[in-house]
Amino acid sequence: MSHKSSFMSKKAVDRTISGDNTFTHRLKCTYTRKNIMQRFSIFSLARNALSYHKNWQEHWRSPEPKPEYDVIIIGAGGHGLATAYYLAKEHGITNVCILDKGWLGGGNTGRNTTIIRSNYLQDESAAIYELSRSLYEGLSRELNYNIMFSPRGLINVCATEHEMRAFQRHAYANKLAGIETRMITPAEIKKMVPIIETGKNARYPILGGLYQPRGGVARHDAVAWGYARGADNLGVDIIQNCAVTGILQRRGRVVGVKTPKGEIKAKKVAIVTAGNTTMLTDMAGFKMPIESLGLQALVSEPIKPIIDVVVMAGTVHGYVSQSDKGELVIGGGADPYNNYAQRGGITSWEHTVRALVEIFPVFSRLNMMRHWGGIVDMTGDRSPIIGLTPVKGLFVNCGWGTGGFKAIPGSGFVFADTIANGRPHPIAAPFNMDRFREGRLIDESAAAAVAH
Amino acid sequence: MLLITCPVCGAVGDESEFHCGGEAHVKRPASSKPGNVSDESQYEYLYVRNNPRGPHREMWQCVRGCGKWFNAMRDTLSLQFLAFYKIGDPIPPLPGKKSATKTRTPIQGRRK
Repeated sequence: MSHKSSFMSKKAVDRTISGDNTFTHRLKCTYTRKNIMQRFSIFSLARNALSYHKNWQEHWRSPEPKPEYDVIIIGAGGHGLATAYYLAKEHGITNVCILDKGWLGGGNTGRNTTIIRSNYLQDESAAIYELSRSLYEGLSRELNYNIMFSPRGLINVCATEHEMRAFQRHAYANKLAGIETRMITPAEIKKMVPIIETGKNARYPILGGLYQPRGGVARHDAVAWGYARGADNLGVDIIQNCAVTGILQRRGRVVGVKTPKGEIKAKKVAIVTAGNTTMLTDMAGFKMPIESLGLQALVSEPIKPIIDVVVMAGTVHGYVSQSDKGELVIGGGADPYNNYAQRGGITSWEHTVRALVEIFPVFSRLNMMRHWGGIVDMTGDRSPIIGLTPVKGLFVNCGWGTGGFKAIPGSGFVFADTIANGRPHPIAAPFNMDRFREGRLIDESAAAAVAH
Repeated sequence: MLLITCPVCGAVGDESEFHCGGEAHVKRPASSKPGNVSDESQYEYLYVRNNPRGPHREMWQCVRGCGKWFNAMRDTLSLQFLAFYKIGDPIPPLPGKKSATKTRTPIQGRRK
């Protein structure tokens, strides 16, 4: 882990010294100092095995909030944690705290179906999602934390002629944007996914598919934990169970936030609270073009390896991948009404499962184990909103809709730059709030690879 | 699963037999001179909605029954329906508030 020269406190100097990787020094650090990150390696694993894994260090501290920070980030989900990590690492801003009303990674970061892809149609989307996907490629090494990124390949199967044409267009757009995707034939799909029903009498005939070889999945919790551990190590305070109840302003400028633990001051505050964005912006006194909807997912009982790519079927609202535990992770469309209840419902998954058993008849006798719901931000064009707000010093990163997990590293990277410099990062710039006023939508709802 | 009663035909069914049309009482900014409609009010009409964590008034359609649109008030946190009422009926007050919000314009008025 690299350290910036701006670390000048005593603690920070100590940390820099700990970069000395001699074995004895590491041992001493490990057992005498709490605030130095233990690196994971085959050696640390062996060493800790000798003590029955009882001396592993905690991943992050649980500090009390200081009275003032340079930046306050509201929301300790993947996006918030990634933002804090890149603020500290790329911009040297380490006097940062992250507040969360619950536990970190307990919202949509822990509820999604972990799919990572970047086969978007619009140039703006392609830029940010491909940045994100490429950051995922090296993230385990970067964070020294196994996020289990598995670029196993992702197929968007087409069941209608319209879908074939739409995805052919995606393939051309992706080629222009430098994203590796290609159209594949039913025979190729059958070879990759032998359990798929490609017969002539299939209820949903497979006509072809858009294949992204470097799409895949990752362990969602590990992404949150890895960023949390990395950010904490760089000096960021992660404060859980501390809800923000008000946003303090003076003369159109943000000056801090109100919490049950008292007021915390900061000249820059970032709202990264997917699902509850409008609750926070209502406190700040402006409106957002966002509605909160429920998105549901479910998993089957664990079975032996049966499908080693991600299959998405947009027409029938279903997508499936198999986790390393063997469970089939299945997701569908969002519930079509405003919803803050983080729980599953029957209608949505019945719709998804009904379609999936037609595409994968072999699934028909599987037991489903759990289903759950997460609350997602929906914007009018199904693209996120990243950037500045009418309140000076207040930033917002929201509106990722049903596809926020795949965007975590890229979103955090550009948002940290936006906060540090007080102006939108070039990749984030098109995703400003004013695009709705100006009619400059980044329309991924009609162009989406799945029905959102 | 939501259980819904159509106030027009009396049909009772689950959410798959109805269609949600989003927030109710959204008023299109109208003027005899369309040029007088500001960009701001047009933007709010098209994209900005109330997104409360709690009681929410919305439109539903009785798709498998009479086909008519009607309004409902539903708590978005408990998912419980608080009222079903026909188009044109008096708007039921939000729980905890004294009177209905008939006279205010829907978007600007209710949002504080």
